[in-house]
Amino acid sequence: MKERLEKAGFAVLTLFVVCLSLLPFLWFLDTSLKTRIDITAIPPAIVPSGSFHFYESAIENYNLLHFVKNSMIVAGASTLITILLSVFAGYALARLRMKYKGIIMGSFLLVSMFPQISIAGPVWKILQSFGWLNTYQGLVLPYVTLTLPLGIWITASFFRELPGELEDAAKIDGCGHVQTLFKVIIPLAAPGVFTAALLVFIYAWNEFFFALLIMTEKSYQTLPVGIALFQGQYTMPWGEIAAASTVATVPLVLLVFLFQRRIVRGLSAGAIKG
Amino acid sequence: MAGLKIENLTKTFGGRKVIDHVSFEVYEGEFCILLGPSGCGKSTVLRLIAGLERQDGGGVYIGDREVSGLTPKERDIAMVFQSYALYPHLNVYENIAFPLKIRKMSRREIEKKVQAAAGLLGIDTMLRRKPKELSGGQRQRVAIGRAIVREPRLFLFDEPLSNLDAKLRSSMRVELAGLHKKLGITTIYVTHDQIEAMTLGQKIVVIDRGVIQQIGTPREVYDKPANLFTASFIGMPSINLIEGRLVKKGEEILFRSDDLEIPVARRDFERYVGGDVTSGIRPESLGPGEGPLAGRLEHIEHLGSETILYVKSGNMRITAKAGADFGGKVGEDISLSVNTMDIHFFLDGKRLDVARGAENDRGARTV
Amino acid sequence: MKLSLSARERIFAAFLVLPCLLFVAIFAFYPILYSFYLSLHRIILSLPGLKQPFIGLANYRELLHDAVALHSLVNTFAFVFASTFFELVFGLIIALIINRHFSGRGIVRAAVLVPWAIPTVVASQMWRFIFNDNYGLLNYLLFGSGVTSYKAWLADPFFAFSAIVVADVWKTSSFAALIILAGLQTIPDELYEAARIDGAGAWNRFRSITLPLIKPALLIALLFRTMDAFRVFDLVFVMTQGGPADSTNVLQFYGYKKIFAEGLMGYGSTISVLVFLVTFSVSLLYIRMIGSRILQEKT
Repeated sequence: MKERLEKAGFAVLTLFVVCLSLLPFLWFLDTSLKTRIDITAIPPAIVPSGSFHFYESAIENYNLLHFVKNSMIVAGASTLITILLSVFAGYALARLRMKYKGIIMGSFLLVSMFPQISIAGPVWKILQSFGWLNTYQGLVLPYVTLTLPLGIWITASFFRELPGELEDAAKIDGCGHVQTLFKVIIPLAAPGVFTAALLVFIYAWNEFFFALLIMTEKSYQTLPVGIALFQGQYTMPWGEIAAASTVATVPLVLLVFLFQRRIVRGLSAGAIKG
Repeated sequence: MAGLKIENLTKTFGGRKVIDHVSFEVYEGEFCILLGPSGCGKSTVLRLIAGLERQDGGGVYIGDREVSGLTPKERDIAMVFQSYALYPHLNVYENIAFPLKIRKMSRREIEKKVQAAAGLLGIDTMLRRKPKELSGGQRQRVAIGRAIVREPRLFLFDEPLSNLDAKLRSSMRVELAGLHKKLGITTIYVTHDQIEAMTLGQKIVVIDRGVIQQIGTPREVYDKPANLFTASFIGMPSINLIEGRLVKKGEEILFRSDDLEIPVARRDFERYVGGDVTSGIRPESLGPGEGPLAGRLEHIEHLGSETILYVKSGNMRITAKAGADFGGKVGEDISLSVNTMDIHFFLDGKRLDVARGAENDRGARTV
Repeated sequence: MKLSLSARERIFAAFLVLPCLLFVAIFAFYPILYSFYLSLHRIILSLPGLKQPFIGLANYRELLHDAVALHSLVNTFAFVFASTFFELVFGLIIALIINRHFSGRGIVRAAVLVPWAIPTVVASQMWRFIFNDNYGLLNYLLFGSGVTSYKAWLADPFFAFSAIVVADVWKTSSFAALIILAGLQTIPDELYEAARIDGAGAWNRFRSITLPLIKPALLIALLFRTMDAFRVFDLVFVMTQGGPADSTNVLQFYGYKKIFAEGLMGYGSTISVLVFLVTFSVSLLYIRMIGSRILQEKT
């Protein structure tokens, strides 16, 4: 009997946590599908009228599609570059003999903790001197820097898990360092790379601070910047904000539901094993 | 021509001498065992031979060629690892073919050689499977296949059977012996298991703490252990070691320890009389019967084919062997007879030679 | 020239790591040093005619007398304490839930990860909408549809601050949960079984087995979250813009305003340096803990 009660209590708690986690997102989703009148209605309507009006408005009046395009380009490019560099560096740090390994890993860790404001000004100045403000590379380069620690962390902890004598066997079979890397290690890296790519992409997609500073022209702004700066003429265009937010969020929610196991493993492995 | 020669090999790790002036020679086609407890340095010697590590001193000669500056690839060796180290993303065929592909052999040549190796090892039916689909024993064979497919000058084995269960281990031993007979390639085999050493090896190099203790055939190492370490490391159950001294009683030389007195067969041990020596008697040289040793049965192990007796005599613990039909019970008093021909004596840890009498005359004089 | 095996390996490894080091050197370490440099000058971007004279520690002296800066510092610390505390508590609860085996566990895990996955500015807008005085969900839930007196949450200093904390806790508790979860999973089931046989109830088992054994995970979660909490910006920018009455003005936001809104790059850099020093000290502690573990790993 006690166990039945315990189980019931547990189930209620779980349900509560799930609802709480999803409520704001669902509420916004709900809001985005209403008509303009519904939004300000009291009591707030639970069931939306199912109108895509706000989405259309967001696209026409607020540049939503441009935001989406910019986010995809910036996040995509950053992920590709970071992953490429992370695989090489992560392998070296996890499996090869190297001097100053501790210091190097420590530096990456340190960088991941830098407050954005402490490097924002100079980074802005550097980019300005190259004429790279309001360009894609202007945002991608800092993003790569910011996500390298994460990427390296995950790939390194993944490489550490591989069987210990693989390199020895490859050496005896006749491989040099480069051959071992490309013929033996990289084919095995796929799962780790995938997890790292997921987490790096999510980070780059969501980043706001540097996007705000570097992309001041509307045509280059990413979704987070666009959504943060939504201004209506007289009132807050909540409907459009909700629509834009949903567009920004749905891909991520899908990724999370599809790959939750990988994400959990990637995040916790990085933290605990490290 | 020597298949392999090691000369004064030394290796230091973090201030500690892991290998200290190790030298030995292996003939072409010989099966040589490196035997010793965990951490004795045997695996390190193997890795130095392979070229996976660089020695701090000394030389390695494979077929009369000094190979110290060469990479593993250039040394023309193959190695089988304890964990097999198979490439998880390749199937059995590709695993075995891998070293040949690296050497840019033609596809037809590779096909021929891989099929031959797989056939030899009985894995030609699973060539498309991946390592994770195979049992431990099968993975073992794939690892061996990958090694033999290149027909190298030297085979290196690093405790290859340690991860297998007991039954599989004994059948694999037979197979490995058969393989060696068929292929005739010089083999260096590292193990801590003396049974593997005794059954597979033509030459055993006993190592402890980086220093060679003895080099010899299994027979030599068992019958004439050069020091206390070898005597106690080899032999199951291990040899009984008794401290005492050599004394003279009239014309006879005796070994005396407390109440125990055993006659010594050698005349020329006269010069050692009066000194402290350690005697070593293997359990199979002790059996129930009239003899100099008496004590109480503490424990009995019935193995089916024979019986092991654990006897407490004074403050000594003695191990002896009896036949399968031994009827004694724990707690009973028992007297043990000694085959005096088979007692070993050690002075300062090193062996004093004991005459065997005629080769076939074992147990000629039982007291 | 034939190099030894290990030398070749070292050079190869160095090549693999070099590009990353370059990025980090140019876009992270150099800027930090440059910020220090900038903080020693007077720079007003909107008045380029004044040039950018070196003024030594004058900016720092000004900082000491800056009441708003002090207020931001206090706000930031208060935020760090409040949010990390609640995040650890909720994180622990969530981790305990996810740790159990039940069908649908994957869905629950995904649901709990959603707050973590969405952009912080989106989360900020969501909560801003909920806290809205006219048509926010919170007001409706609390006061019903009788339109008497709706609370303008974000206009009240205390509640605005609390709102930021609530939003942050909602967003990142699941991250803390994941780290604690990893710690939970290292506890072997046999310990609980043995305790159950010995007669320990659920609370007892929690107190004497779970809590002590997840201490390292809790510590790691604490440090990660602390580092992030010091850097709070997105929430403040979207929800309150530092107000009302500077009640939610935090260090990064204040620095941002000074450098980019007001163009005072010299003085703003002083604030950057301050923020950096605070987080650097905390991260040194963290790295000392983590670093010793890394060096114990292979090679």
